[in-house]
Amino acid sequence: MKLDAKIPAGSLEDKWRKYRSTMNLVAPNNKRRIEIIVVGTGLAGASAAASLGELGYHVKAFTFHDSPRRAHSIAAQGGINAAKNYQNDGDSVYRLFYDTIKGGDYRSREANVYRLAEVSADIIDQCVAQGVPFAREYGGLLENRSFGGVQVSRTFYARGQTGQQLLIGAYQALSRQVSLGTVELYNRHEMLDLVVMDGKARGIIARNLLTGKLERHAAHAVILATGGYGNVYYLSTNAMNCNVTAAWRAVHRGALMANPCFTQIHPTCIPVSGSYQSKLTLMSESLRNDGRVWVPKNTADVEAIREGKRSPVDIKEEDRDYYLERRYPAFGNLVPRDVASRAAKQVCDDGFGVNRSGLAVYLDFASAIERYGKSQAHQQGLDTNDQALVRQLGEKVVEQKYGNLFEMYEKITGTNPYKSPMMIYPAVHYTMGGLWVDYNLETNIPGLFALGECNFSDHGANRLGASALMQGLADGYFVIPYTIGQFLSGEIRTPSIKTDAPEFAAAEKATRERLEKLMSIGGSRSVESFHRELGKIMWDYCGMSRNAEGLKTAREKIQALRKEYWQDVFVPGSMDDFNPELEKAARVADFMELGEMMILDALDRNESCGGHFREEYQTPEGEALRDDKNYAYVSVWDWNGEGEPQLHKEELKFENVELKTRSYK
Amino acid sequence: MKLTLKIWRQKSAQTAGAFVSYPVEANEHMSFLEMLDVLNESLVEKREEPVAFDHDCREGICGTCDLVINGRPHGPLPGTTTCQLHMRHFKDGETITIEPYRAKAFPVVKDLVVDRSAFDRVIQAGGFISVNTGQAPDGNAIPIEKDIAAQSFDAAACIGCGACVAACPNGSAMLFTSAKVSHLALLPQGKVEHNRRVINMVHQMDKEGFGFCSNIKACEVECPKEISTVNIARMNREYYSAMIGSTEK
Ligand SMILES: Cc1cc2nc3c(=O)[nH]c(=O)nc-3n(C[C@H](O)[C@H](O)[C@H](O)COP(=O)(O)OP(=O)(O)OC[C@H]3O[C@@H](n4cnc5c(N)ncnc54)[C@H](O)[C@@H]3O)c2cc1C
Ligand code: SF4
Ligand code: FES
Repeated sequence: MKLDAKIPAGSLEDKWRKYRSTMNLVAPNNKRRIEIIVVGTGLAGASAAASLGELGYHVKAFTFHDSPRRAHSIAAQGGINAAKNYQNDGDSVYRLFYDTIKGGDYRSREANVYRLAEVSADIIDQCVAQGVPFAREYGGLLENRSFGGVQVSRTFYARGQTGQQLLIGAYQALSRQVSLGTVELYNRHEMLDLVVMDGKARGIIARNLLTGKLERHAAHAVILATGGYGNVYYLSTNAMNCNVTAAWRAVHRGALMANPCFTQIHPTCIPVSGSYQSKLTLMSESLRNDGRVWVPKNTADVEAIREGKRSPVDIKEEDRDYYLERRYPAFGNLVPRDVASRAAKQVCDDGFGVNRSGLAVYLDFASAIERYGKSQAHQQGLDTNDQALVRQLGEKVVEQKYGNLFEMYEKITGTNPYKSPMMIYPAVHYTMGGLWVDYNLETNIPGLFALGECNFSDHGANRLGASALMQGLADGYFVIPYTIGQFLSGEIRTPSIKTDAPEFAAAEKATRERLEKLMSIGGSRSVESFHRELGKIMWDYCGMSRNAEGLKTAREKIQALRKEYWQDVFVPGSMDDFNPELEKAARVADFMELGEMMILDALDRNESCGGHFREEYQTPEGEALRDDKNYAYVSVWDWNGEGEPQLHKEELKFENVELKTRSYK
Repeated sequence: MKLTLKIWRQKSAQTAGAFVSYPVEANEHMSFLEMLDVLNESLVEKREEPVAFDHDCREGICGTCDLVINGRPHGPLPGTTTCQLHMRHFKDGETITIEPYRAKAFPVVKDLVVDRSAFDRVIQAGGFISVNTGQAPDGNAIPIEKDIAAQSFDAAACIGCGACVAACPNGSAMLFTSAKVSHLALLPQGKVEHNRRVINMVHQMDKEGFGFCSNIKACEVECPKEISTVNIARMNREYYSAMIGSTEK
């Protein structure tokens, strides 16, 4: 199969600008007749649906949530990047592009990433105009902070609730279009199949979650903006209902998945506390601006801490190992996520973990509190040697910056992070892999587009902090409104698609049979128990580090589990009713197949890059060892129904950056 | 810890509901929803239908979770959503009553799940700034005073959970609506169309069947994001001044 990324000709700097101004257009009178389905109303979907509605297309937007404002994007904390260079610290479109390519360990497309950097500045303007209350300086101008893997301050933020505020902005823009009648909103509707007619995506089968009724919806094109699949690991920082079903159903209809094994494990999450745990909570990366990561140097201290006999504040400075600062002096605590996570795993594997399970390290704000306190005391003409006062002033500054995160930490753990360092451990957070798309964000199925976390496009093998929000909004506000014209300009003569076509009937029937099958098994195990078991296999064998032997074992285990699932799962309730257990059952069934594809992908990639760490491929210092000669490609998988999944390769060409060993030392 | 849960079970909006008691074993590190997960898993094991409840982020930000616990929306803790409530705030042997929001504008879907789409329609009536994609000036073109931005943020922090409505004996949505009106009206970008906005949103609120406000302020007490009733006062001001200048009926 030939995979054409459709990257426009021209120099990196000119590609997008030129392409945009020579693209095919759809005239306003035709736009009114053209229907577009947008599945997902998170940042990517809501921004796309709103912008397409503004252009005059007739949009139908679907979400399984009860409101677009609930999408998982709402939970993003830390911020959104943009190459504004407001801080005058040397930032530029090129630098954001370069940081992202390097951060992704040279496994993403140059042209896509450059475009992302290029439109990033417009996103901030758009959001400000919508009323997003970004953090501001005293002079009334926008404030920035730094995120991991970069040396400039280009992250815009809204307290620790950036995702919430951006999503509300997009949701409001969407609501405006709903009121204007250009967008029809279908909440509590879950897409369960894609309808393909004559090779083109022409509609979906959706289940009305309130009534259980299956509905057919037709359109000239379908956009998926359905988020990431981190919940294949059961425990992750994703919201409970995030799932892969929309994308996976498209895969069953022939769409290809790219780099499915590239998973981001976030270094700063609240550690697991018990077997009943349903999800993990992120502590924003922004905390690494001021928090220092450490474990005790001596095993005796570790033991004492674990037994509750010593408190971390009693460990002397010289007895602490600030291992990130030691190993990576240039970036220190702000190394990229994959590097920070692996380092935490290593110290814990070496026996220095500081909680009972040995799977936690400290994130300590004492130095920051002191530094800010001194500066405040100095500014206010107070005694900088008064320790209690300095602490008090410093805590206040820290509270202003991270108050809600500290509060959240205390609510969950019951300990006060102002007084004692936080305990953190890596957790599954984001999936760089996703549906394969070309430069137009179109999948290999004509008329099917994928935006946001559900595509694979921009982050290579590791995503930099504050770049997912940027990508979701870039895709939705500034890319798809243009690129979809390339497809739709060929559809202006296509009459509106009819849902009584045989393809719709067949897809609806297949969906119904699948749900009936799940309902009828009547086995002995809950969906939840299967999901938990799947997650454990994925985490143990295809998590922070992987090896060929383990991956082979994992594949066998997953195949066996999947078989058992279809013989022994029990789904209570009925199909014709509001039934969250059935929703979950269909999603877990898809996760079981996706998991296997992830394992195959991890097995194929005989190198370590970004979030994909194969134990066989590392430097003597334990850093990831890439193999550019053999693996500078995007792995593009065809599920291939009942047969063996097929791998296709999209070679990555680097014409503007030199492939280097990623060093943060 | 051993607990007794008295949970409202109702098959659908059309059928009558009733409380059913369930024993459950929990520990104090669990979140309230994890405790319900444990109950549900045991129900599934017994081949009974689990208790339906809404939830998603479990981080206190999406506004999906919405239980009334011992008579209080989101339970006993101030400034805390149900999903952020942990079992250490309950006592061993306690009986906990769990019911859905009860408000005319939020019909019950099943068990503890209600339909809050009325809130979406209030936003659709005017809770936005009319700016198309690509029309925006530079983000720093209009400086905004830090304090004003912060006040706007405080209102924008609303998660749309609906606890204010559930807490109010009149089932009023004034806190929710006024939070949006304030968020936007405080910003220079939002000032432009604030008259139209406030009139349309208030009228939609009435149309959805939300009650009037009689200054009881239970909403502020139960709001997990501690949205202030100062916003209601601001909205009233905005509304009356908009109506005076308005040509709409
Ligand atoms: C805790 C946390 C913090 C984060 N912080 C940051 C940060 O600070 N900066 C940053 O850049 N990124 C951050 N991220 C990542 C970022 O939030 C996500 O990658 C991004 O929001 C995804 O947006 P999206 O629009 O692609 O998908 P989502 O927001 O997940 O939206 C998916 C949408 O699809 C719908 N949907 C899915 N399947 C179906 C279906 N079958 N039928 C109908 N509808 C469906 C859902 O209802 C939803 O509306 C964070 C992630 C987490 C977990
Ligand atoms: S005002 Fe408070 S209680 Fe009401 S919806 Fe918003 S966050 Fe919930
Ligand atoms: S589940 Fe999101 S706020 Fe409670």
